[in-house]
Amino acid sequence: MAIFKKPILRSLTSKTREMPTGLWTKCPSCSEVIHNFALEENLQVCPKCGHHFNLGSRERITSLVDPDSFEEHDASMSSVDPLGFKGVTTYADRLRSYKQKTGLVDAVTTGGAKINGHSVGLGVMDFNFLAATMGSVVGEKITRIIEFSTKQKMPVILVCASGGARMYEGMLSLMQMAKTSGALALHAQARLPYITILTNPTTAGVMASYASLGDIIIAEPKAMIGFAGPRVIRETTHQTLPADFQTAEFLEKHGLVDLIVERAKMRSTLSDILGYLGSK
Amino acid sequence: MNKQTLDFEKPIVELEQKLGELLRQSEERKIDLRSEIESMQRKIEATRERVYGSLTAWQRVQISRHIARPFFLDYVRMACTDFVELKGDRLFGDDASMPGGLATIGGIRCVVIGQQKGRDMKENLLRNFGSPHPEGYRKALRLMRMAEKFGFPFVAFIDTPGAYPGIGAEERHIAEAIAVNIRDMMALRTPIVSIVIGEGGSGGALGIGVADRVLMLENAYYSVISPEGCAAILWKHRKHAPEAAEALKLCAPDLVKMGLVDGVIPEPAGGAHCDPEQAADNIRATIEKELQILSKTPIEKLLTSRYEKFRRMGVFEE
Ligand SMILES: [Zn+2]
Repeated sequence: MAIFKKPILRSLTSKTREMPTGLWTKCPSCSEVIHNFALEENLQVCPKCGHHFNLGSRERITSLVDPDSFEEHDASMSSVDPLGFKGVTTYADRLRSYKQKTGLVDAVTTGGAKINGHSVGLGVMDFNFLAATMGSVVGEKITRIIEFSTKQKMPVILVCASGGARMYEGMLSLMQMAKTSGALALHAQARLPYITILTNPTTAGVMASYASLGDIIIAEPKAMIGFAGPRVIRETTHQTLPADFQTAEFLEKHGLVDLIVERAKMRSTLSDILGYLGSK
Repeated sequence: MNKQTLDFEKPIVELEQKLGELLRQSEERKIDLRSEIESMQRKIEATRERVYGSLTAWQRVQISRHIARPFFLDYVRMACTDFVELKGDRLFGDDASMPGGLATIGGIRCVVIGQQKGRDMKENLLRNFGSPHPEGYRKALRLMRMAEKFGFPFVAFIDTPGAYPGIGAEERHIAEAIAVNIRDMMALRTPIVSIVIGEGGSGGALGIGVADRVLMLENAYYSVISPEGCAAILWKHRKHAPEAAEALKLCAPDLVKMGLVDGVIPEPAGGAHCDPEQAADNIRATIEKELQILSKTPIEKLLTSRYEKFRRMGVFEE
């Protein structure tokens, strides 16, 4: 492994946010202890066994698009507390702490970009922000990038990850499923390509809306993908769940996922598909 | 019929028992208890008004789940005529938790679908407690396409605790089935009315809930997560469901205020289970009125307003 020979810091990836303090990370899959810089260099994939760690949205965008081609939209759009949610913690407190922790404004980054010269509308969710739950901001930004792409006659690529709907916004969050899927209906009527990339984990309300609607559905290896949580299923059915239940591989076998692509090959795979389906 | 008495219904039930006793005594002993009877009746009315005039969110959730509350097929029987059930998704099977078919409502020929719960264990096993599998949503889509083809309006009755969390449901991609319905309902070229008659359980409800008119019965709830589920996550215990129900703003008046639901259908005093015929009458009259308006609207305009309505939903700052 040529870990220490390469330049250690790159401009966009220098802010490691999700890393635990310390310089080493233990791979949960093969127990290898990996230097964080090595992980970063390898797009947060274990160099030994290929385990895909969570990849932040900034790093993800850098890994997918042509250099300097990403133009962010709606960068400052921010969540409010529409219900005045009264729980053990307030929504406002949660938002404040996640903004501080991640340096993000909410759970999705959207914008126009080029992938190997193909213009696309891109949305990338970030699990580090409140488990990438979908509230009004996620729904609105996704809807706007879809509508923008329809207008510009561009493909849409959404990199999904989500724990589901954002409870703190109540029914407003559920209705983002209708809003985003409706925008996709119009994008589809314009005969434009839509590609989704399902990363670990993509579940619940996001899975039951735009994540499932791609013309092409790609998943990262071993990503957990499903509607209901495994604990809820176990408690409801009193059944033993299959070993590979709700993994990318399980969903490929059962016919939902078009292909499983490891992170290092994602950009070239998208480029190949856009070569067939994308506009120039 | 009213086998289940909710805690807050007890004062009313007790007074009703006392009234029954007064009536029996005046009958049997031929004594004039008219003034006592009238006073008791006034007391019952006043208590009813007090209890039902200030229902908490959690109390409404309990009414919406009341065992004696009319279910979808009760409304089909009371509010529709000439129902012909159509089964199956033509792909895997028939989902008895979401029956559907052809029905006439107020003289208008419609395609209807709805989630159906059971009142005893046997019926609940058949109906899966009103929790659909993917086949239910795919049957719904098949029936929507049929409605579109023959120019019938599509009417959906929502009453589910949620889509079923099970191995088979995941293997056959329940999330995808719901997603496709949501997308395709947005573009369906026929009028759609959805009514939450009991429980509006999250994605499982929305999977037949993208409509030109989304209506709720007065004591129904519509929520992104069950109060118990929300309490388990945010309060770490299901016993906090009443607080969660309050915080989620899942009752009809709040949802109308936020523009997420188009209207409320009133229930008879004490809830739909106290007078199912009256509840069915209110539903039939509302559907009839809405369909008359929607059927006069040009389809392109209908589709635009349907899209615009959901497009506006969301609160944020820039
Ligand atoms: Zn490893």
